[in-house]
Amino acid sequence: MGKDFIHLSNISKSFDGQMILDELDLKIKENEFMTLLGPSGCGKTTTLRLLGGFETPDEGKIFFDGKDITHLPPNERKLNTVFQKYALFTHMSIAENIAFGLKISKKSKAYIDDKIKYALKLVNLDGYENRSVDSLSGGQQQRIAIARAIVNEPKVLLLDEPLGALDLKLRQDMQYELIRLKEELGITFVYVTHDQEEALTMSDKIVVMNQGYIQQIGSPEDIYNEPINAFVADFIGESNIIDGVMIEDKLVEILGTKIPCVDIGFDKNQPVDVVIRPEDVKLVDPSAGFMEGDVVSIIFKGVHYEIEVHANGYDWLVHTTKMHPVGSHVGINVTPFNIQIMNKPESSDEKAVELDV
Amino acid sequence: MVKKIGSRIYLSIIFLFLYLPILVLIVLSFNNSKTRVKWGGFTLKWYASLLENETIIEAFVMTLQITLTASILATIIGTLAAIGIHAMKSKGKAIMLGATNIPLLNADIVTGISMMLLFVRFTELGFSTVLIAHLTFDIPYVILNVLPKLNQTSKYAYEAALDLGATPLYAFYKIVWPDIRPGVFSGFLMAVTMSLDDFSITYFTKGAGVNTLSTMIYTELRKGIKPEMYALSTILFGIALILLLVMNYRSSKKAIN
Repeated sequence: MGKDFIHLSNISKSFDGQMILDELDLKIKENEFMTLLGPSGCGKTTTLRLLGGFETPDEGKIFFDGKDITHLPPNERKLNTVFQKYALFTHMSIAENIAFGLKISKKSKAYIDDKIKYALKLVNLDGYENRSVDSLSGGQQQRIAIARAIVNEPKVLLLDEPLGALDLKLRQDMQYELIRLKEELGITFVYVTHDQEEALTMSDKIVVMNQGYIQQIGSPEDIYNEPINAFVADFIGESNIIDGVMIEDKLVEILGTKIPCVDIGFDKNQPVDVVIRPEDVKLVDPSAGFMEGDVVSIIFKGVHYEIEVHANGYDWLVHTTKMHPVGSHVGINVTPFNIQIMNKPESSDEKAVELDV
Repeated sequence: MVKKIGSRIYLSIIFLFLYLPILVLIVLSFNNSKTRVKWGGFTLKWYASLLENETIIEAFVMTLQITLTASILATIIGTLAAIGIHAMKSKGKAIMLGATNIPLLNADIVTGISMMLLFVRFTELGFSTVLIAHLTFDIPYVILNVLPKLNQTSKYAYEAALDLGATPLYAFYKIVWPDIRPGVFSGFLMAVTMSLDDFSITYFTKGAGVNTLSTMIYTELRKGIKPEMYALSTILFGIALILLLVMNYRSSKKAIN
């Protein structure tokens, strides 16, 4: 990975007295696929619009390649945006749409024609030059929007939930397409989405945001396996989040049972949140687990069964490939490595964050 | 059957009331007889004598000058105002829209008299006061025609243009303008019709030397009804009709597209 390329330094922004971003500090590296992930209203789109130049921060500065661009208008920034609603120019042909930025930068006719061909090939829409915007499907329009942005050879491409309006299959195809594009172009992608699966699939780095704060920054693996708090754990995939008490290093008590874990450094008898991923829960013989319970429901999900087990007053969510009929008595076991211990939220603000989800 | 005939008759009566007076006027303008009660054969002499009458020609030229100047200026100011209002937040927008609607709803005679009172305090009544008065009632029509078009435009398309390196002015010209152009044009046509046939406001703000066709017809009629006035009124009606047809043609063409 290259050097820090963009730096959002202590950015605060509110709309009509409502705080959207609060002292956000974020660095984006060169050639990185960075995803801003969070529920709606978390400030991810505002962050992107600040980068694009469509909003100005109330406080803080934005640096681009070492230069302060906080107050630079959008047309003078060396980055391009792919908008959520595509925002194609409906009264122009596809070729004219793609040529728009190139004409402004006064490129030669031959260069523009070449670029249009190249861009259409890149997004797998060769020969669409003279089609009208209305004649394209949503997925095709989105590809054109991407083509229109990348012909200008921006150093950074901003994408605002570009796949939000597409159906599942198309969305998955486009995800691979975007990864391929990023590899081929070798530029920085800043991607905004509320879809955790999309974020995990495509990103080099994920920034999980909530209510204007960054919750966690890390690789998809880090975010998924080592969520820093209950919000991240819950937002990224499904989780069993259980109140617990840290008895001593490497021993935690949940639901009246002491179980071994690998975490150290907590205070004695400190209340904690214990996160266990449903696929990490092993259903074993009643005697072999640390806890016994009964299967309450089972749903076939294709790849796995989604099973709910009622044990010690808690409904455990379990993903397993083995069938356990409703009513069967099972034991619950989790390897210590897969038990994630997290600090309880300290402020009421953080608590509110949790309740929101 | 009875219902059908009934509705036909009802419709005929409505059209009769609406258009008979105008029809009578038009017929009389071609009547080769000085009295209104007798048909003396077809003639164009009243139209010919219109052209020889210098005061009428003067008034016609004055009307054109005021109408076109007021409509063009109102179109520019009104379009800019609509863009400004469109960019406002909802509260300011509601206040501004209310304010622009007042001149539309206010009785012409009240607007006319109040403007006269204001103008005489500062300046002589004349061409410029009539022009200002016309601007005040033309601008709201332009705003009302342009705003709905602006509401249909996509904010993101404009932002995308900026994003691709366009200056705000270029982005407006390339992206927003094609979308609102029909609204601007119909606003202009509305302003023309409003200015062309306005009487009350012009009458109070025009001063001694200035006469438009409508105020002149009024003064002439007070002296006695001359057949030339039928001809002149017919011409005014004709212009209004043509403008109406142009507007309808444009909107029906749009609907087909």
